[in-house]
Amino acid sequence: MSAAAGHTPSPSSGPATGATPDTAPGATPDTAPGPAADTGPTLAHHLATAEVLVCCGSGGVGKTTSAAALGLEACRLGRRAVVVTIDPAKRLADALGVPGGLGNDPVQLQVPGDGQLWAPMLDTATTFDGLVRANAADAEQAERILANGFYRNVAGSLSGTQEYMAAERLHALHNDPRFDLVIVDTPPTRNALDFLDAPGTIAKFIDHPLFKLLMMPTRRGMKVLNLAAQPLLRTIGRVVGGDVLADAVAFFQAFAGMETGFRRRADEVTALLSSDVTRFVLVASPRADTIEEACYFASRLAASRLEVGAVVVNRCTPTFGPPPARRPRAAARAALYDNLLELRTNAGVEREQAAALLQATGVPAGTHTTWVPTLPGDVHTLDALATIRGLLFD
Amino acid sequence: MLVVELDGKPTLGRLLPGVAVQQLSASAALAEYLDTHGLSRVTRRLASRGIIDVVATASPGIDDIVVLGKIKQLERSGLYDLVVVDGPAAGHAITFLLAAKSLLSSVRGGPIHTQATDVAEMLADPTRCQVVLVTLPEATPVNEAVETAYALEERVGVHLAPVVVNAVDSGPGLPADEAPEGSPMRLAAEFRNARRAVHETECIRLGDELALPQLVLPIVAGSQLTAESIDALADEWAPR
Ligand SMILES: Nc1ncnc2c1ncn2[C@@H]1O[C@H](COP(=O)(O)OP(=O)(O)OP(=O)(O)O)[C@@H](O)[C@H]1O
Ligand SMILES: [Mg+2]
Repeated sequence: MSAAAGHTPSPSSGPATGATPDTAPGATPDTAPGPAADTGPTLAHHLATAEVLVCCGSGGVGKTTSAAALGLEACRLGRRAVVVTIDPAKRLADALGVPGGLGNDPVQLQVPGDGQLWAPMLDTATTFDGLVRANAADAEQAERILANGFYRNVAGSLSGTQEYMAAERLHALHNDPRFDLVIVDTPPTRNALDFLDAPGTIAKFIDHPLFKLLMMPTRRGMKVLNLAAQPLLRTIGRVVGGDVLADAVAFFQAFAGMETGFRRRADEVTALLSSDVTRFVLVASPRADTIEEACYFASRLAASRLEVGAVVVNRCTPTFGPPPARRPRAAARAALYDNLLELRTNAGVEREQAAALLQATGVPAGTHTTWVPTLPGDVHTLDALATIRGLLFD
Repeated sequence: MLVVELDGKPTLGRLLPGVAVQQLSASAALAEYLDTHGLSRVTRRLASRGIIDVVATASPGIDDIVVLGKIKQLERSGLYDLVVVDGPAAGHAITFLLAAKSLLSSVRGGPIHTQATDVAEMLADPTRCQVVLVTLPEATPVNEAVETAYALEERVGVHLAPVVVNAVDSGPGLPADEAPEGSPMRLAAEFRNARRAVHETECIRLGDELALPQLVLPIVAGSQLTAESIDALADEWAPR
């Protein structure tokens, strides 16, 4: 996807110049009164006290946008924050004013505040390669794995790997003395839960019976010699065609000895995710499917006794104050009146339905919810991000 | 006709009362495939412990090909005039539809090869199969739709049907300056005009960058679609 961002002319490339539709007057509409009392800790409280903030939610709801806006607020508060983003369109990098986009190493961004804001872009394959190098007994073992076809499939395309690497990256950045807050923008997944299950991804392979079968203690230096003789492998080969498993077998063999390191690391990542310095920010839109996903996620967090931080319902229909007492007679003004009323009605219905959905499932009663209206334009300039920050915190 | 839902939570049954809806899941389809091809004893022992994952990872696209194979089977069954598949999101759609071609070059012979040949044939024949891209009138989705369209045409060679632009807010410009600056009526009109301008600009850009007819669906207010709102949306396209 990233290559495409380059060839599509986009008004957002480069630094923001002057007024854009994103920040047109009226971009900060009033918000309708919420039906539920949010007694829990606010987003601002979490931002001030957490060491790790994870933004999760369905595709397109505004995770990347929220993560960036949280970063702006953190910097304003004087924290040394790093936002790990997974934004395939690179629009965020544009908005944050990073020429040439973000790389795997964090760069410091020029944003207002006493603190610092840093941002790397998550590069799944590079992160995974680094993990292999760190755990390999020697360079030779690392190279054998990195060159293996099965490994490349795992690192490049296996569902769950991107989530796992995001978790791995957050762990590394949490231990990095340059930062005191790590904000994570999770990948667009069909299922937000993949992120929680992420550290299990590699365990799934190293606990695999095939791995155990191949790693059966044999005489020193001698692994399973006659692979073709394994009836299981023979049958699979016959069914799926050719020797598709040859690379897998080679991978499992090359991996021998590294599983302890990998498993320990996965355990550390899980421990960090479940410690109380980590808070989850559930991002949704007022649409039912995104709220249901957030609720399901919340119930999973609760089941694992994890901290459900706060909820952000983004892209709500904005309201703009009460309509005049009566509908104007003149056609032109009547059209304006009708429009105001239509938006107000839509916003009310949407808000009521969304709040009912939030209460009906999963999300613990009293969890603080912030309602963010849709802006007139896309959020891909620093100004527009600052507006979102204001809507979240001011 | 038949509607096929891939993976995920079933939602279409509720929205389409009276229409046949079938769920297909990649892992279930692959398990079934291995089962019917002589791995039953093995899978029964190992399925729950991830042999399916290893096979799918060792041979990327194999799970996609068994799903596409099932769809081809439904298409060939003669039971339906039309099979509508609710496909994967843009990013995965290309890999999904490319699975046949990739496997044809990596796997020689065997049942998977046969399966991939049949699927590739179906995908290449516009009288049997066409792809309907669906997008939103916003910058990122439009960029993605354009990229996906080119990738599908060039790399998969599948025929593209008209593109659907969903949730479009259209209407005449509102005379915002008829109301005093900063008044609720003025702000609401300015907001609405700005959103409509974005939608219009993006529809035009989509037309410029992608030479396909567009089918537009209006935005539906509220949190949840119902069977009634789906009916109303369908009427938008009904011949008048
Ligand atoms: N409050 C808002 N008003 C208007 N546009 C918004 C708002 N929030 C987000 N957007 C826009 O919606 C689009 C999706 O937002 P974003 O990329 O943050 O979502 P995401 O959840 O990270 O998506 P993905 O799942 O694809 O990573 C972007 O183009 C963004 O500019
Ligand atoms: Mg994102």
